[in-house]
Formats: sequence, structure tokens, C-alpha cells
Amino acid sequence: MSCDFTRTALHGYLDGELDATGAAEFERHLESCRECTTALGAEESLRSSLQRSGLYESAPVGLRKKIRAGLDAATASPAAIRIPAWRWLAAAASILLVASVSWFAWPRVQNSAASAPFSASEIIDAHVRSLQPGHLTDIASSDQHNVKPWFNGKLAFVPPVKDFADEGFPLVGGRLDVLGGQNVAALVYSRRKHFINVFVLPTREPDTPIHPPGLRQGYQWRHWRRQGMEYCAISDVSDSDLYELAQLLYQ
Amino acid sequence: MSGSDQGKGSDVLDAQDRARFEQLVLPHLDAAFNLARWLLKSRADCEDVAQEAMLRAYRFFRGFHGGDARAWLLQIVRNTCYTWLEKNRPVELMTEFDEELHPQPSASPEALAIAGDNRERLTRALETLPPRFREVLVLRELEGCSYKEIASITAIPIGTVMSALARARQRLHRALTHASPQEASREL
Repeated sequence: MSCDFTRTALHGYLDGELDATGAAEFERHLESCRECTTALGAEESLRSSLQRSGLYESAPVGLRKKIRAGLDAATASPAAIRIPAWRWLAAAASILLVASVSWFAWPRVQNSAASAPFSASEIIDAHVRSLQPGHLTDIASSDQHNVKPWFNGKLAFVPPVKDFADEGFPLVGGRLDVLGGQNVAALVYSRRKHFINVFVLPTREPDTPIHPPGLRQGYQWRHWRRQGMEYCAISDVSDSDLYELAQLLYQ
Repeated sequence: MSGSDQGKGSDVLDAQDRARFEQLVLPHLDAAFNLARWLLKSRADCEDVAQEAMLRAYRFFRGFHGGDARAWLLQIVRNTCYTWLEKNRPVELMTEFDEELHPQPSASPEALAIAGDNRERLTRALETLPPRFREVLVLRELEGCSYKEIASITAIPIGTVMSALARARQRLHRALTHASPQEASREL
């Protein structure tokens, strides 16, 4: 191993961690360096041995159960949580005001008939999850004519899909997601460098206007029902942007 | 550790935290178990430690502000494993940072392919590596972590992940081709 490349760049190259310039430079080097070519071959063969020898050990089923029991033990039961006074006030206010506004800020047990089939934290989690690498879209396309048919046969309903690139909200793609135990369609739009998830699922409830925004953990959401579909748009963009997209979708 | 799971962890967690944890962190239990298994080299011990790490992660869950839940969890798993090793097998941790590797003639790809094509021998070879080399290999090759994730899990500066992997792989080559010459010759 007299070649300097062998010790360092070769591994970055093997792992796909060199930048484009570094990778190109290394490839040029490979053409003339037999030593590195051999070493790379050895590393590749070692990698494939490691990966196909079944060395990965998954957790036994019993462990998952034990951990769940441990988590339950470490979780306060609802009755034991001391609810701060402002929450009582907020609860009272929300009941007094508009039931349809409050459903989102509280767990679904709070309102029965008018409630959405999922909670605010589920929406936020689904949004956060989607932003993790490789999770944003199942079908990446800015063409509504690609995205809409993709949902065919994957869901028991077909969500309306429209691109709003001209209005500043280009369609990025679509994805299947699960909210409150139901399969839902997620449409992904971008706004500058931010992403907006629009969750769509069928409903039997009557249409509503676009509800006032919900806000938690830095995320905002807007919820409405329209023509048998329940919509929830969530993002970290400003509420005015979010409202603009909600209005476009509402039309 | 970078401090993201530190703090008191004394908040009372409620049903919503529980649901979020279930969605974001619990799906990475296999990753947690696999890392613990390779760090501790024992399935029995690693079950306890993986469970402890998971519950510890839950106690610190309010300190997790989104981002890469797997890396966040694995960081906690790794720390829990090292604490366990310090207590139960301190000798193992002392074999680290020993010698600077001397350049070795590299084994031929053919010899490596044959030596590596054996689950048991691979397992044994991996287990002979010091934990700090073993963990980067496990994270990279079995868990598919990026350098950035490896850096955040193991608290190695990102600039040295590449060289840590290079050294770990070199060690593994050696362990595979030189550790048991009798065995190797028998199979060859």
C-alpha cells in the first residue's frame, strides 16, 4: 500500500461519500493505479460478504413487548397528569367557541361527531417523518397526470391532484401515508425551499370552510372538508403561504 | 456525547409522547438491537442493554427535537453499551488505540472472498476488532449509515470517519486472512 489514495479516498469512494470532483479524480487515478484497482476489488468483495452473510441481527419479538410494557409504565395515565390552569381555560373556551375549530388542538375524544379522524400530533409526526431522507415521496413527479393515476388501486379513493407551479407551489410528488389508522394520500408541494404535505382522505361530513390555522412545534396546519374529502395541509412555511395553497386547493 | 440526550429526563411523559415515541423511535428497535449485539458480542446481554437504552431514550424523549431519530437512538444505545462494558468487561475497552497500523501486504481479493464467505468466520473476525473499529463497520456495512450519521452516533469528528473505516477494514482483512491460517488452509 504505497499509494496514498489507498488509505483514504478509496474508502470515501467505496462508500459514495466523495464529492463529485473527488470521485472523478479518484476514477482517473484508478485507470493508472493497479494497486488501487486491486484494493477496491478486495473492499467490494469484503463488503458484499458482510452484507450477504446474514450478520444483521433483528430484535426478538419478545423484546418489543417488554419494551412496550416498560414504556407504558413510564407514561403517566391521563388522569394522573396535572393539567395547567390555562389548558382548562383553553378547553372551556374551545368548547364555548366553535367545536369545529377546536377539534384539532385536542385529542380526538374531545369532540365526537365533528372530529377529524386524526390528531394534531399525528399530522406533525407524519410531516416530520416525510422530511427524513428518502421518505418524502413514493412517486416523485411534478406532473399531476403522473401522480394522480399512481394512487389508483393503492387507495379506495382517488385524491384530486393539481400542480400549482404557476402560483408558486410546484407539485413535488405523492406518497401513501397512514393517519389515525387509515390509509391516506399525501400530496407534496414545495414553496421556495420548504415542503408542504397535504393529506387527503374521504369523509362523509359536510363541507367546511378552511379552518383557522393550528400551530405547534413550529409547524402550522390548515384543515378543511370539501366535496367528500378531508384535507389537512401542514408545513413550516408561513401561514399566509399555507393559506394561499389551501385556497388554491379549495377551488 | 453531543448533549442531545442529556438533561434531566425527568418530565412526566404523557400519552402523546408515548404515541410519538412509538412512531418515531420504536421502529428503530432492530437497529438498536443489532448495534448492541455487535458491541457486546452476546445476544443475551444485548437484549437487556437494548431494552435499557430504549427506556432511557424514552425518558430523554422530550429532548429530541425532530431530525434523524435512528441516529439519535443509536447514540443512546452506544453510550449505554459502553457504560455496560466499562462496568462488566473493562478489559475489552483497554485494548483500543493500541498500535498505529503498520502497512501490511494486502490480501488478494480471491483469498478474501473465500475467507469472507463464511458467516461464522466473519462473525469471529469482526468480534476480534476493538469495539471502536467494530462499531464503525457495523454502522456502515450492516446499518447503512452515512458518514454524517456515523459521526453523530460515535462522536468521532466527521473528518475522521473515513480514516476510521479505512483502518477498521484493514483490521478486518487481517483478521480474516491471518487469524486462523490452519482453518484457511483447510478450506483452501
